[in-house]
Amino acid sequence: MNKFFIMMGHTYLNRVKSKSFVITTIIMILLITGLSNLQSIMETFGSEDKEKKVAVITENASWYQSLEQSLSTNEGITLEIYKGDLEEAKSEVEEGSYHSVVQIESGENNLPEATYYANQIANTGSSEPVRQALQQVKTQQVTQEADIESDTLQLISSPVSFELVALEKSAKTAEELNQTRGLVYIMLFFMYFAVIMYGQMISTEVATEKSSRVMEILISSVSPVSQMFAKILGIALVGLTQFSIFIIAGYLGIRSSLNNGNESLLNGLGLTDIQGSTVVYAVIFFLLGYLLFATLAATLGSLVSRLEDAQQMIAPMIMLVVAAFLIAMFGLGMPDSTFITISSYFPFFTPLIMFLRVGMLDIPLWEVGLSIGLLIVSIALLGWIGSRIYRGGVLLYGKSSSLKDLKTALQLSKKE
Amino acid sequence: MTLRLQDVTKKFGSFTAVNQLSLEIPERQIFGFLGANGAGKTTTFRMILGLIDQTRGDISWNNGNIGYGESHLIGYLPEERGLYPKMKVKDQLVYLAKLRGMKKAEALKELEQWLERFKVPEYKNKKVEELSKGNQQKIQFISAVLHKPKLLILDEPFSGLDPVNVEMLKEAVVDLKEAGTSIVFSSHRMEHVEELCESLCILHHGSPVVHGKLKEIKKSFGKKNIRIHADFDLSFLKDASGVMKYKPLSNGCELQIEREEIAQSIFEKLQGKGFVRTFDLEEPTLNDIFIEKVGAAYE
Repeated sequence: MNKFFIMMGHTYLNRVKSKSFVITTIIMILLITGLSNLQSIMETFGSEDKEKKVAVITENASWYQSLEQSLSTNEGITLEIYKGDLEEAKSEVEEGSYHSVVQIESGENNLPEATYYANQIANTGSSEPVRQALQQVKTQQVTQEADIESDTLQLISSPVSFELVALEKSAKTAEELNQTRGLVYIMLFFMYFAVIMYGQMISTEVATEKSSRVMEILISSVSPVSQMFAKILGIALVGLTQFSIFIIAGYLGIRSSLNNGNESLLNGLGLTDIQGSTVVYAVIFFLLGYLLFATLAATLGSLVSRLEDAQQMIAPMIMLVVAAFLIAMFGLGMPDSTFITISSYFPFFTPLIMFLRVGMLDIPLWEVGLSIGLLIVSIALLGWIGSRIYRGGVLLYGKSSSLKDLKTALQLSKKE
Repeated sequence: MTLRLQDVTKKFGSFTAVNQLSLEIPERQIFGFLGANGAGKTTTFRMILGLIDQTRGDISWNNGNIGYGESHLIGYLPEERGLYPKMKVKDQLVYLAKLRGMKKAEALKELEQWLERFKVPEYKNKKVEELSKGNQQKIQFISAVLHKPKLLILDEPFSGLDPVNVEMLKEAVVDLKEAGTSIVFSSHRMEHVEELCESLCILHHGSPVVHGKLKEIKKSFGKKNIRIHADFDLSFLKDASGVMKYKPLSNGCELQIEREEIAQSIFEKLQGKGFVRTFDLEEPTLNDIFIEKVGAAYE
């Protein structure tokens, strides 16, 4: 047991002290801080934008007036009536004295028709307000001509009231759904990255020891089974450390963003008020999911003899995670479909998809219990098979590293 | 603390890697474990260490099984060298010693002494990948003996070392033996085995073909060598009765004879032919025995 902890500590410290760990963590912290303060950052850049001068070419002065009136609230755009002809205006836009030029002509039924010229039209941020304002001008003109009262007009354009109410008492309300959707989203991403990142770490860890042949010494002092789990838990600690750093960074970032009077990112994702049970499920499924995939990664890692083959070996595992991730993304829209229900019982999908169902739907406890039970049984089973493969696999050196080696590895570890 | 192997057999499917091997290695002894490549040596070591299980037979040490509970008493220098290339020598040795149940402070003290003894104290804070192959070998050796094992398995410990360093490590091995360690020594360098081991075993296709004390093996081998330096042509000895092998030398020849008595008749045959500078009746070398028993030509 003592050796188990020595090895776990070694795995942990070795990783945490490594350059790659420090660098990825720093990059992620910067990313998180950036994201949580995205609003302030964008505003800082936004305020530097100059006011855009838009030249208007029209013969109808009343259109210009109404247009100017409806754009008066928009601080970013100032209109200016342009006396010259279109070609002159275009060249002035090219020179930069105007941001853009709008030519308004009278078209069918004597209604305004406009063409918008600017150097770049990719950014609709400046053309769109002008279009909307012109739309208003047009509506105004049409209603006036048709002699419709402005009250009637308002009634027509006001949105219809449409409320969603779930009849089942325990079904999630629309508000709750939005909240869990946010959490499920974050959780899916976390799991996806955790499994891929730390799964890869474990298999490279094992493969490195094998390729440097230090494994032969290690297995003569520590049993392969405790080695395998020391690795899995050591890397889990690395993950915990890294995620804690991320969460603290995120928390600090969001708090500073709140202090600046911004709406936080949490609001955007609907995470202000999360149900306790969802968080508990998130933790349970996260841990079990990690254990399952980590065991698989360690098993696969023990089969390769060279570091370069490790990547190739865990490809099937990555595929499983990607499949689970895609199914879960699809399931966010329709969590109650039969396909989602069935796949939530497949152990490799359970951590993501059962969590999605628990978060989004009202699922009887036995269903959740059953899937967690299945997950635990498969972890135990995989751990048992994995440790046997590991035992033989670490002694196995060969040119090829394929799943064929599984059989040989099992043979090597066979107790007779 | 005697290591005993009794009728140990290991099969991988239909392939028999080790067949009915029985050995006894007492305390304070260096036991030579020889065999051609692929003869089953590494498999035997792995069985002794409990890494793989024997198909049949018993392995006991100190009248018990060897398991991970005893790993602090066992040292292993595998033929395939393995250390963490990116780790510092000191950290590496301390980590491996801790896994063998040693305290950090003690490990540090010991490794200081070993590095001093092998004249490489300046490598303490270097990464292993920065060291030359020979120096890596020394570090590997230290990792096998740092925790003062009672049973030490050395698989080709001197490969890749220059003669000065071979002497240095050889001395260390002898000192460990004197301190009471049972050592299993595997090497393809017969002169090292002859120098170090009292008993030995030669494995051929998994079966022991020679086993016993070195002196007795040589005696019972029967065949002897004669080295003759003479001023006249000796090729007529090729067909003399009792001569097994004839190997011409620049100034004479070397003969392998069936029995010691043959030497007498050879000596008589030389009479009157001319001047004989050397007539030397020698014990067979381990090399001869190995080649004879294993059948394959050896470097």
